[in-house]
Amino acid sequence: MLDRISGLRTVETGSTEAEPTLSVRRLSKSFTNGPCVLSGVDIAIRPGESVALIGANGTGKSTFVRCLLRLIEPNDGDIRMFGLDVRALTSRSLRHLRSRVGFVFQRHNLVLRLSALSNVIHGAQARMSSPGSWYQALAPSRVRDEAMTCLERVSLDGKACARADSLSGGQSQRVAIARMLMQRPEFVIADEPDASLDPRAGEEIMRLLHETARERGLGLLFISHDLEHAIRFSDRIVGLAAGQVALDVRSNNANPTELRKFFAEERP
Amino acid sequence: MTSARFAAATRYPRFEQPSALAFILWVSALAFIVWSLSTTGLSFDRLARGIPAMGGILERMFPPDLDRLDRILASLLVTFQMAVGGCVLGLILSFPLAILAADGISPNSIVRVAARGLIALFRTVPDLVWALFFVIAVGLGPAAGVLAIMVDTIGYAGRFFAEAMEETDKGPREALAAIGASRLGTIMSAVVPNAMPNFIATSLFCVEKATRASVVLGLVGAGGIGIELKVAFDLFDYATAATIILVIFMLVIIVEQVGSTLRRQII
Ligand SMILES: Nc1ncnc2c1ncn2[C@@H]1O[C@H](COP(=O)(O)OP(=O)(O)OP(=O)(O)O)[C@@H](O)[C@H]1O
Ligand SMILES: [Mg+2]
Repeated sequence: MLDRISGLRTVETGSTEAEPTLSVRRLSKSFTNGPCVLSGVDIAIRPGESVALIGANGTGKSTFVRCLLRLIEPNDGDIRMFGLDVRALTSRSLRHLRSRVGFVFQRHNLVLRLSALSNVIHGAQARMSSPGSWYQALAPSRVRDEAMTCLERVSLDGKACARADSLSGGQSQRVAIARMLMQRPEFVIADEPDASLDPRAGEEIMRLLHETARERGLGLLFISHDLEHAIRFSDRIVGLAAGQVALDVRSNNANPTELRKFFAEERP
Repeated sequence: MTSARFAAATRYPRFEQPSALAFILWVSALAFIVWSLSTTGLSFDRLARGIPAMGGILERMFPPDLDRLDRILASLLVTFQMAVGGCVLGLILSFPLAILAADGISPNSIVRVAARGLIALFRTVPDLVWALFFVIAVGLGPAAGVLAIMVDTIGYAGRFFAEAMEETDKGPREALAAIGASRLGTIMSAVVPNAMPNFIATSLFCVEKATRASVVLGLVGAGGIGIELKVAFDLFDYATAATIILVIFMLVIIVEQVGSTLRRQII
């Protein structure tokens, strides 16, 4: 059912297989009274492709992915997603676009005083703007069922009623992934989803993200400071340096020594 | 004293040299305080005469006269109902107003400034002045008291609700924005749950504050026990006045105790 709906949406917007899910041209961003963070970034992501974005601390990776959904307004450049001109969207259609993109943050950003189930149900907010998507107690049963299915997918159906502040870091991040699945996304962006977790939990989260994106045939753009994750869970690696794309290679023939230059913590 | 030590002492003076303007301001402030004390007419001989008089009043208050206790309690109940009613109405109205007044949550800055201005007006005009205003508008009686307390509550709770919402974690708000949630959805599902402990604590404070305020509103005819107290003093019936003061004291203490117990349980 999920696939059928996302399929219908694709037909609506008129995008075709050949067209990239996301294509960015000459994107630039500088903060007021700050230096220029991005100065002309070009990137294209094909449907179903998984891309790792790497770069040293402060090179603007987070800024870049936030600009894609206009959580931060870019200064200049073109962003096309699902064939839509993102920078030209009205606030209403921007909300609709955001609902089609799942976003996982470094900090899980759950509402701590609500249950895991309520947090997952929040994923449905764009398609039902009624109080039914605010708290699980008010949600219609089909919404609760769908949320439970998402929690099962991340193996946390046993914790549905637990408050978010009682969960471990790894569990919280899995709830965030379930919330993302509840959106029925067509594309997934993740900003260092593995960074605040221990190595094992971090790997589990990356595998879960990669698998869920694969199952649904979704494109995935993720940021990671873990070289191994970047290589293993991507088809392509894009390196950012000095506000521009400085590397764009297929993951299977990436040269680890070359990649290491993009990781601040691994000095040569 | 050697010249070197002298030089050190002047380089690091013990007191900052005040500017001429600061000096004038300090002197004027001092003069104003002295002048205020002299115009208000509080003098030692007035105090000396006042203290025995106070003793006399206290003496005539005991034993408190319990004859009219049933009437007094009935009127105390009305006072408390006035406080609760006005407070609940005020809290309900402060919530939307606080959303409009909160930085980063309000739809736009003109609305925010207007909402803040209204809340500030409600807060800065004293409750007794509001009571006088509503007595003229809706007539003598508890209705005027309820309105006065409502407005006073909005002035207090509106400000603290807005601050509680501004202080909530920005992460969940950004997550909801990234999901494509509406403004109302984001507020209700990410801001309100996180601000809830603060909301409850503020609401309990409001009930306490309203209870204290409701006692004096009767003095200007806005209903409740205040009028009984005024009548008792006007008739020099200090024994009845003592009963009224004691029941007020007990009500306020009970409300404060219940309030702080609840607050401790929630936080
Ligand atoms: N809201 C902001 N206002 C001003 N400057 C900002 C803002 N957000 C980020 N910056 C600056 O932009 C630069 C890029 O930040 P960004 O968070 O995008 O880097 P990053 O590549 O994600 O780094 P990290 O690997 O540490 O997450 C930094 O120098 C940062 O100081
Ligand atoms: Mg970052």
